[in-house]
Amino acid sequence: MSVLVVVECDKGEVKKSSLEVATYGAQLAAQLGTSATAIAVGEATDASLAKLGEQGITKVLYDKEPRLKDFVNNAYTKLIATAAQQEDAKAIVLANSNIGASVGSRLSIRLQASLATNVVELPKTDGGQFTVKRGAFSGKAFSDVALNGERKIIAVKKNSIEAQHEAGKTAEVVAFSAQLSDADFADAPKQVVMQDQAGGILLPEAERVVSGGRGMKGPENWHLIEDLAKALHAATACSKPVSDVDWRPHHEHVGQTGITVSPNLYIACGISGAIQHLAGVNSSKVIVVINKDPEAPFFKAADYGIVGDVFDVLPKLTAAVKELG
Amino acid sequence: MKFLVCISNVPDTTTKITFTPDNKEFNKAGVQFVINPWDEYALTRAIELKEANAGSTVTVLNVGEADTEPNIRKALAIGADDAIRVNAAPKDAFFVAEQIAAIAKEGAYDVILMGKESIDYNGFQVHGMVGELLGVPTVAPAMKLDMSGNTATLEREIEGGKEIVQVNTPFVASCQQPMCEPRIPNMRGIMTARTKPLKVVPATGNAARTQVNEYALPPKKQGVKLIDAANAGELIKLLRNEAKVI
Repeated sequence: MSVLVVVECDKGEVKKSSLEVATYGAQLAAQLGTSATAIAVGEATDASLAKLGEQGITKVLYDKEPRLKDFVNNAYTKLIATAAQQEDAKAIVLANSNIGASVGSRLSIRLQASLATNVVELPKTDGGQFTVKRGAFSGKAFSDVALNGERKIIAVKKNSIEAQHEAGKTAEVVAFSAQLSDADFADAPKQVVMQDQAGGILLPEAERVVSGGRGMKGPENWHLIEDLAKALHAATACSKPVSDVDWRPHHEHVGQTGITVSPNLYIACGISGAIQHLAGVNSSKVIVVINKDPEAPFFKAADYGIVGDVFDVLPKLTAAVKELG
Repeated sequence: MKFLVCISNVPDTTTKITFTPDNKEFNKAGVQFVINPWDEYALTRAIELKEANAGSTVTVLNVGEADTEPNIRKALAIGADDAIRVNAAPKDAFFVAEQIAAIAKEGAYDVILMGKESIDYNGFQVHGMVGELLGVPTVAPAMKLDMSGNTATLEREIEGGKEIVQVNTPFVASCQQPMCEPRIPNMRGIMTARTKPLKVVPATGNAARTQVNEYALPPKKQGVKLIDAANAGELIKLLRNEAKVI
């Protein structure tokens, strides 16, 4: 009986969301009186994996098969299922990412497990039930869900748990092989195309987001959003109307039918706050709204607000951030 | 080419979410239900591919009770050829996936499409479960889908970019924008949809692996703290010293 944590890596490093997942897995293992082992996927260095000890992981399994560098659904599913069986894992914890959800759903069938995605808290394990709190109705509600299967798979929503860093603790990195065959890589990607991210910060992983709407009046004004984002080390985002008219790329669209984000800070500039947009951002810890219309519905969901012209306010905010140093 | 498009019936995107007094169920009273927006991408793309490949068919599948039929008819009006309704209230993602897999297997469909997730339960699970139950590849979430014979080329969203993936039929894909521009039914479509076949079948099995104990709304916000635009820099101090987020 153990907890298996799926850790996603990129360019040699463990992703921020996976540090959160590792923390979640270690805390769950402590709750269950067992230890947490990780299985690493993607491109990682042994040193970055050993540092998972800081999150409470005791052992990291890593298959250095080069074709596992990019996501391959079938191969990842087999790899993680093999590790789960070897470790007799009764709970498997993943990030609620495109990889986590894709693999988690296949794993739930292969391992006959109960699956909960979008999970925001550690489970309750008292009273004979194993229940998790998860986001539902596009962030407009939560549900407490009982996982009835003997095995549980939990996909943890990004930014819903803070990654711990217990300096000096290291995990043992152990070579692992799932004996993958060529057939397991039949759905391997033919090509991977990376898109430019403002400041190199991925929107789904960002702790701070600066977002623009139709009030920005045109793509030529986006430098105001980018300047503030750069000063704050934030990702940039936009509302659906903005991506619909191609002012900004689709991968920056946040909202009910776009990307759902839950950063520590979400700054909405010139966005009125349609209910569909709010659904994608309302689990942000702090929301700031800048809009010249004092009746904009977004102010009702905001923690801080400025009624004013974004073209006047944004440069002042950027300057104020730079003054902080 | 036989396309199977799975649609779910969800509250309109502008719905204010409330629950029954015991917080056990979503309160449907006065709520308008629509085709899940993500599923509209799957439906429209399947119809586009059908139109480009003579002899192809699009079947719409819904797991739901009789009150979902107006939206099934809407999918037929948009251009699907026929529909199947599994007559059961969805219990959880596993239950729904089992129904879809059983229908897909029996009908020997080549391409099984659905939305990335439903906007109500936000599971993002059914596509992978169906793929695994059928033993076929799953591509999720897909932003582009082209077919050439029995080979599909898809663009799959990854964090920070996209992957180009090729799979042979049969396969499952969950769809999202910008795959296509969802269609709305025209009057001719609405009229012809009335006579298109809609088969109602019983559910297979009764299994669910999860159970919702209770729903809850997020805590209410304290209210907005307004800062004078002339002194906008004050906001940054508050974000650092009060909210502690920068």
